[in-house]
Amino acid sequence: MRVVKYDDIVKAIRDMIIYSTTHLSPDMKKALEEAYENEKSEVSRAVLAQLLENAVIAEKEWKPLCQDTGLAIYFVKVGEDVKVEGGSLKDAIYEGTEKGYKEGYLRASTCDCFTRANLKDTVGYNLPPVIYFDIVPGDKIEIEYAAKGGGSENVSRATVLAPAAGKEGIKEFVKKVVSDAGPNPCPPLVVGVGIGGSFDYAAVMSKHALFRDIGTPNPDPELDALEKELKEELNKLGIGAMGMGGTETVLAVHIETFQPGRMCHIASLPVAVNIQCHSSRHSHITL
Amino acid sequence: MAEYRLTTPLSDEDVSKLKAGDIVYLNGTLYTARDAAHKRLVDLILSGEELPFDLKGAVIYYVGPTPPKPGEPIGSAGPTTSYRMDPYAPILIEHGLKGMIGKGKRNQAVREACQKHKAVYFGAVGGAAALIAKAIKKAEVIAYPELGPEAVRRIEVEDFPVVVVNDTYGNDLYEEGRKLWEEK
Repeated sequence: MRVVKYDDIVKAIRDMIIYSTTHLSPDMKKALEEAYENEKSEVSRAVLAQLLENAVIAEKEWKPLCQDTGLAIYFVKVGEDVKVEGGSLKDAIYEGTEKGYKEGYLRASTCDCFTRANLKDTVGYNLPPVIYFDIVPGDKIEIEYAAKGGGSENVSRATVLAPAAGKEGIKEFVKKVVSDAGPNPCPPLVVGVGIGGSFDYAAVMSKHALFRDIGTPNPDPELDALEKELKEELNKLGIGAMGMGGTETVLAVHIETFQPGRMCHIASLPVAVNIQCHSSRHSHITL
Repeated sequence: MAEYRLTTPLSDEDVSKLKAGDIVYLNGTLYTARDAAHKRLVDLILSGEELPFDLKGAVIYYVGPTPPKPGEPIGSAGPTTSYRMDPYAPILIEHGLKGMIGKGKRNQAVREACQKHKAVYFGAVGGAAALIAKAIKKAEVIAYPELGPEAVRRIEVEDFPVVVVNDTYGNDLYEEGRKLWEEK
C-alpha cells in the first residue's frame, strides 16, 4: 500500500487553487487568441483584446482572473493501492480548499440557499466543495479541480429526450441552451455536453467534459465530428464575445458519453449541457 | 458608435446623448450593490427611510469583488449578471438612479424604466476583473458589511470602461449585435 500524507494533499490543493484562479491555462489562452484572430465583429474583437490583457495582468500580479472564483469542483480518482496517512482524503480536500481560497484572497461564494447568508465562519470559507470520487486501479490519487462561476452555471440545463429525438434532437437542445443563454454566461464559451447514463449522470458528465483541454480531439471519431459540427452551428447564432454580436461565440464543444459503449436506458436519451464561461479555470494534480 | 468621458453624478442630459453601442469612460463615484443589498435598498424606499447614499444621478455597479490584498483598494472586480437585479431596478430608477453597470440581458420593465425616467444600462466586460480593478482607485464599505462581498461600497473610479447596452430610446446592443451577425 503506497502512503500519501494528509498535509501534502492539503498543500497541493491550496497551491493548485491559487495558481489556476490567477493564471489562465495555456489551452484557454490559445483558444482566446485564435478567437481574437478569427472574430469579424470589431466590438467583439475589442472585448477579446480586454480578456487577453486581463490574463496578462492577472498572471503578473497573481490577481484572480475573475472575481467569481466559483464553487470548488473536484473529480477525484483514488487508486485501490493508496492510503492517506494523517487524516481522510475528504477532509484534506476541504482543508486545502479553505486554505487556497482564504490565503489566495479569493472570494467565498457559498451561501445558505434560503437565508442567502455567507457562512464562512461556521461552515467554512467557500465550503463545501462539490466532490465526485471514483475508485480506480493503481497507487495514485488524481485530483481535477475547477473554479466554476455562477453566471455560466445558471444557464446550464439537463433534459431526458425521447430516443426517437436522436442526434438531431441532441443538437437542437444544445443550440437552444446556448441561444437562450445569449450574453449572460460570458461568451465565448466552452460547451460541455453529457449524453446517456441517467438524468443526473448526464449532468455530471457534462461538467467533467469541461476539464478536457481545448484542442485535444474526442477519442470517439463520430463524437469528434459532432463536436466540430456543433461548434460551427453555434457560432452562426451571432452572439459574439460578451453577447455584443460576433462570429466567435463558442471556443469548443466537448462531449462525454456513458462508458463503455455510449450507453443509456432503452427508454431514455438523457442530455445535459454545462456552460463554461471564457474564464475556464481548470487544473489537475497527481499525488 | 461614439466615445464619451463622463463624470458622476449623471444628469438627464448626460444619459440622453448616449446610444446603445457607445463606449463610455466613467469617472467619479460609483456604488456597488448586488442581490441582497438591492432588496434592502428597495425595502428602505418602500418604508420611506433614508438610503445609505444619494440615488440622484447615481450609478450602481453590480459586483461582488474578491478580498483586497494588503495595500490594494479592492480585489478583482468584474461585473455580475444583471437580471437578478431586474425586480429591484425600476423603483431605484424611478427614485433618481441614472446608470447601472453589469453584464447580460435586462427585462422589459427595466428597459421601459430607462426610457421613461432617463437612465442607461452599461455593460462591462465579464471576466476582465483584474483589468477593471485597475480603474478603481478607492473603495470603502458604506453599508451592510455583514454581506461580505455583497456589501455596499462607495468606489472612486478613473476612466472605468463600459459600453452602453440599453439607452434611453429603447435600443438594446445585444439584440442589435446579434441580428447583425446571426446566420439563418
